[in-house]
Amino acid sequence: MFTFIIRRLVQTIPVLIGVTILTFSMIHLVPGDPAQIMAGESASPQQVELMRERLGLNDPIPVQYFDYVSGVLQGDLGNSVRSGRAVSDEIAIRIRPTVELATMSTALSVFIGLIAGVLAAVRRNTFGDTFIMLVALFGLSMPNFWLGIMLIQYLAIGVDIFGFNTGIFAASGWGTWQQQVLPVITLGVAGAAIIARMTRSSMLEVIDQDYIRTARAKGVKERVVVYRHALKNAMIPVVTVVGLQFGSLLGGAVLTESVFAINGLGRFMIDAIRARDFPIMQGGVLVLAFMFVSVNIVVDILYRFLNKRIDLN
Amino acid sequence: MVKPTDILKEEPILEVRNLQTSFFTEKFEVKAVDGVNFAVPKGKTLGIVGESGSGKSITSLSILRLIQNPGKIIGGEILFKGENLLDKSEAQMRRVRGNEISMIFQEPMTSLNPVYTVGQQISESYRIHQNIGKKEAMLRSIDMLKLVGIPSPEQRVKQYPHELSGGMRQRVMIAMALACDPELLIADEPTTALDVTIQAQILELMKELQQRLGMSIVMITHDLGVVAETCDYVAVMYMGKVVEYAKVADLFKNPKHPYTVGLLNSLPRHDIDLGDEELTVIKGSVPSPDNMPKGCRFAPRCPFASEICVEQLPDLEQSEDGNQIRCWIYTDEWDGDPEVKVNG
Repeated sequence: MFTFIIRRLVQTIPVLIGVTILTFSMIHLVPGDPAQIMAGESASPQQVELMRERLGLNDPIPVQYFDYVSGVLQGDLGNSVRSGRAVSDEIAIRIRPTVELATMSTALSVFIGLIAGVLAAVRRNTFGDTFIMLVALFGLSMPNFWLGIMLIQYLAIGVDIFGFNTGIFAASGWGTWQQQVLPVITLGVAGAAIIARMTRSSMLEVIDQDYIRTARAKGVKERVVVYRHALKNAMIPVVTVVGLQFGSLLGGAVLTESVFAINGLGRFMIDAIRARDFPIMQGGVLVLAFMFVSVNIVVDILYRFLNKRIDLN
Repeated sequence: MVKPTDILKEEPILEVRNLQTSFFTEKFEVKAVDGVNFAVPKGKTLGIVGESGSGKSITSLSILRLIQNPGKIIGGEILFKGENLLDKSEAQMRRVRGNEISMIFQEPMTSLNPVYTVGQQISESYRIHQNIGKKEAMLRSIDMLKLVGIPSPEQRVKQYPHELSGGMRQRVMIAMALACDPELLIADEPTTALDVTIQAQILELMKELQQRLGMSIVMITHDLGVVAETCDYVAVMYMGKVVEYAKVADLFKNPKHPYTVGLLNSLPRHDIDLGDEELTVIKGSVPSPDNMPKGCRFAPRCPFASEICVEQLPDLEQSEDGNQIRCWIYTDEWDGDPEVKVNG
């Protein structure tokens, strides 16, 4: 297992090199002159030249790449064009809410999704199963910005019921639990629905396997058959989905961050793209890619832990 | 009506009376097991033979009450040591499964859980039924692996099923089944999925363990060779019913039911040179369950069938040599050729 983890880590090196090449190339691949764009429409030729010099764009490309990578390795991602502050500092402030939001909502999805999926599978083709799957379909089809707005309307602004106001949560920001509940629900619902459906179909496949019959023939309690013998096998495809989902939440919670005015990485990146703040874009993509790769390693390790037949060597 | 125990010289450990198990689809009921009777003698082996779809596997699953939806046991009695298993609660039944009655299955490749080690899976039986600690259970699992002839059991307990061959896995299944020293072992086609040399080894192992541990065995198979090799008594099943129930020697020497005769004739024999002739086959195929014959289930394929066979279902009756047979030919009501010779 230890050698497996080491090997898996070594395998990510080429991926990370590829990512740095891509983020580095970004600045050269977008149409137009990056120095011109970043200096602004109304900049004088001198200012553009100054910007070009500042960005090191006059050096040969391999030298530029080398400078970029050695900067990255030292934690230097350049400075924001807009604020002038270090990109690493700017990202560091905003990464926390994003990671927390993604982690909490994934945890919520896994918790609800697994329970709902297992219950539906165990009660297959009954009213309970149909009901759970209907709710899941509803959760899946709801656009999350709409859900976010509805939650704000009824649980943050609130309505009066018998003199009690239902607005118990905060509508914006990130920090206190009152602020966290609504965005976590908003972002977790769709994931829970996907995981529930995935778990159900995976469980149904597993529950008819011969080894489940073997466990029953041994005198194992039905609850233990379901959770110990079946679920561990059924988790294998589910883990993949959870990993992908967590990865995409890290970069893709833009809508939820906007609705709840959370100062997170997704929103920050969108703003940077609008402002053509190249260093921020580069740094942000790099950090997100790094996190995505890390999540994938964790998924692979979990996968290997669940499925002994996999030999990733 | 004859009793299934009539035929036995020994005490029965298990007696199945008029067992009925059906599967319910939206349109109709499929009677997979339709009034099956047999008894298993203490310390001996009963074979249940039949084609695919004859209900033999469903019978074995019914004994442990492992039939899953949409299947249901709808009638009969399963007397194990005199107690009806169908009257027991689910919790009582769990104490029987794997402890007093164990089961091994046809598919050693898929009958072990891929995500747990062999040792964990054998230990589980001990931990459920004997309430002992992890370490002790693992030690006993190693002993069991030794007993079923697995070399270097200390290493094997830590392995996962996919690291073992089919024959080894079936040995593990046997170790798991015998862990709690059951009085009855139900083996559902234990050798069908294995190649011939391994088959012989597994059958040999089961016989040896039976002598050593004194358990009774229900051997479910479609292979009459296996029956001849391992069984003391045999019940031949056709479409959910027992058609012939006899001592093994009698069945091979003097088969009575036309279906049994057909089965035996369809076996290749090393003592008869067929030359260019083809093996005899039983004509036709098993009718689909939604189109169950009204009379004797075998009548549409039986070369001797007469009017009464098509019209009325015969009962299981005692024949003159003490065995039991479900066929009009051997009754007073027989309306066909009185001189008919079924096995001639």
